Amino acid sequence: MGTLLQVKGLKTQFFTQDGVVNAVNGIDFDLNEGETLGIVGESGCGKSVSVLSLMRLIPSPPGRIVGGEAWFQGRDLLKMSEEEIRSVRGNKIAMIFQDPMTSLNPVLTINQQVSEALELHLGMDKRQARKRTIELLEMVRIPDAANRVDDYPHQFSGGMRQRVMIAMGLSCNPQLLIADEPTTALDVTIQAQIIDLVKQLKKEIGMAVIWITHDLGVVAGLADRVNVMYAGYIVESADVKDMYADPRHPYTLGLLGSIPRLDAERKAKLTPIEGLPPDLIDMPPGCPFAPRCRYAIDRCLEENPKLETVARRHSVACWVDVTGGKR
Amino acid sequence: MFRYIVRRLLWMIPVLFFISVITFSLAHAVPGGPFDREKALPAEIIANLNKYYGLDQPVWKQYVKYMSDILLRFDFGPVYSSRSRRVNDIFRDHLPISAQLGVLAMLIALGIGIPLGILAALKQNSFWDYLGMAVAIFGVSVPGIVLGPLLILIFALTLKWFPVAGWGTPAKMVLPSIALGMRESAIIARLTRASMLQVIREDYIRTARAKGLTERAVMIRHALKNAFIPVATILGPMFAVLVTGTFVIEQIFAIPGMGKYFITSITNRDYPVVMGTILLYAVFLVIANLAVDITYAFLDPRIRYT
Repeated sequence: MGTLLQVKGLKTQFFTQDGVVNAVNGIDFDLNEGETLGIVGESGCGKSVSVLSLMRLIPSPPGRIVGGEAWFQGRDLLKMSEEEIRSVRGNKIAMIFQDPMTSLNPVLTINQQVSEALELHLGMDKRQARKRTIELLEMVRIPDAANRVDDYPHQFSGGMRQRVMIAMGLSCNPQLLIADEPTTALDVTIQAQIIDLVKQLKKEIGMAVIWITHDLGVVAGLADRVNVMYAGYIVESADVKDMYADPRHPYTLGLLGSIPRLDAERKAKLTPIEGLPPDLIDMPPGCPFAPRCRYAIDRCLEENPKLETVARRHSVACWVDVTGGKR
Repeated sequence: MFRYIVRRLLWMIPVLFFISVITFSLAHAVPGGPFDREKALPAEIIANLNKYYGLDQPVWKQYVKYMSDILLRFDFGPVYSSRSRRVNDIFRDHLPISAQLGVLAMLIALGIGIPLGILAALKQNSFWDYLGMAVAIFGVSVPGIVLGPLLILIFALTLKWFPVAGWGTPAKMVLPSIALGMRESAIIARLTRASMLQVIREDYIRTARAKGLTERAVMIRHALKNAFIPVATILGPMFAVLVTGTFVIEQIFAIPGMGKYFITSITNRDYPVVMGTILLYAVFLVIANLAVDITYAFLDPRIRYT
């Protein structure tokens, strides 16, 4: 399995009236062909901004990618011309978004919205594109696809719209599908259906997936690898089993400690992580998690640790060895 | 859709009925009468005139007569200030001119306002945005009574490109249409810009970009139709105002339109002309708003009428 995507030192900032927001602060990660990478972290930790940066969809102004490389099939996405990146978007790399209620254009039919990528990237004519659109809708299990293809988004439920989004994403057989919290806006039963659908389609098509979520349960069932992000940094990166069995970063431990467990004692309380993430405009000099960290030592407040390998395919950015939750 | 249009047109009947009742009673409630002059006429003459025009009757009887004349003979009544002309003559002679001017002004307003608004939104905070919005603020804040003479001074008297005043030839139509359309174009430009700016922040625009569409395709295919919905809303009343005549511009350019009758009929207590002009405006307003509502259905598939 070759490397599909290699991100090095990606750094994205937003230049606002209040100051420079350090949204993504130099992250590195690799993604192999056909692999599923989960990116987890709380709101505002830079998950979405990092993948939007790869797609070069950061609203600019105020946002700007200020540094880094993103090698995809031998080319740096961040150095491409507008025209080159457009030929990648929706074609080699597709993206689906959080809220299917607002991510589809209300005034265009499903056919118009799915077909346009087919016409653009695969050079199909209207008739071919329509036929393919119906096939795609059938592939994402939309019942009666041939009759629903000319409906408008408001005639679909939330789950069905997310299926349409997925069909749209898969239309040009991408090598990489980026899913930005695609199930967050859906209710739980629909979430499960969408996750199953993506798993099956992934098996059929064999694309790589980056799945962004704040739901650790979703990641456990779906991903091969996990990156945990905090305040614009990747603080831990590991294969999914290792992440759950042997978390090494206090933040990851905190996240896992705040999930309810079916096998826990009934009276057992959840342990939330106290405090709030740092202000991304005025970042502290040390580790960004240090003020909230139970294990913090003096060094943590002065120096920000780099991501370092601690075990096979497992790296952590922390000065303290917190193996197994002990100090 | 067809049933909806029919129903809306039928609704015009009660609407116009109420407007006519209210206007008629208000016009007659205002002190003074159509034959009051600075140098008072002899009482007998006034009494005779009142009798001749039926003004000595109770107001409700006058109303019934007025309405039955319209409904039975399509006769909008006499003009008190002119023995030889009736309200129907005013409509026939002056409405087409006002309508021409109004339609031209509307075309100018749309032709300048929409592209300017789109340009300003796409190049937000750039030179084009500031230029466009400067023009728009100028257009909104400079009234026709200033803009009209200014245009005459520059383009008619100094540059001699267009005639100073009058109506009937295309050259004469240019300056008044601009003077009238400028303000409306500014309103349209500002609304279009605001609406575009809102739409291009929508999630579905990001989806369209994520598909790899060109910026041009994103704007034309995905943004414009959505952005036009709020703009369409203001076009109905705007159109009704423009085509039924505008006092200031018609006076400045000596255009024989409807505009002056709106104003003079009220000061003269010329009741049939007051009624006629207001009912005409009401009919245009109701129809223009219906047209806007039908346009919504074409712009936005979520809006369906039954």
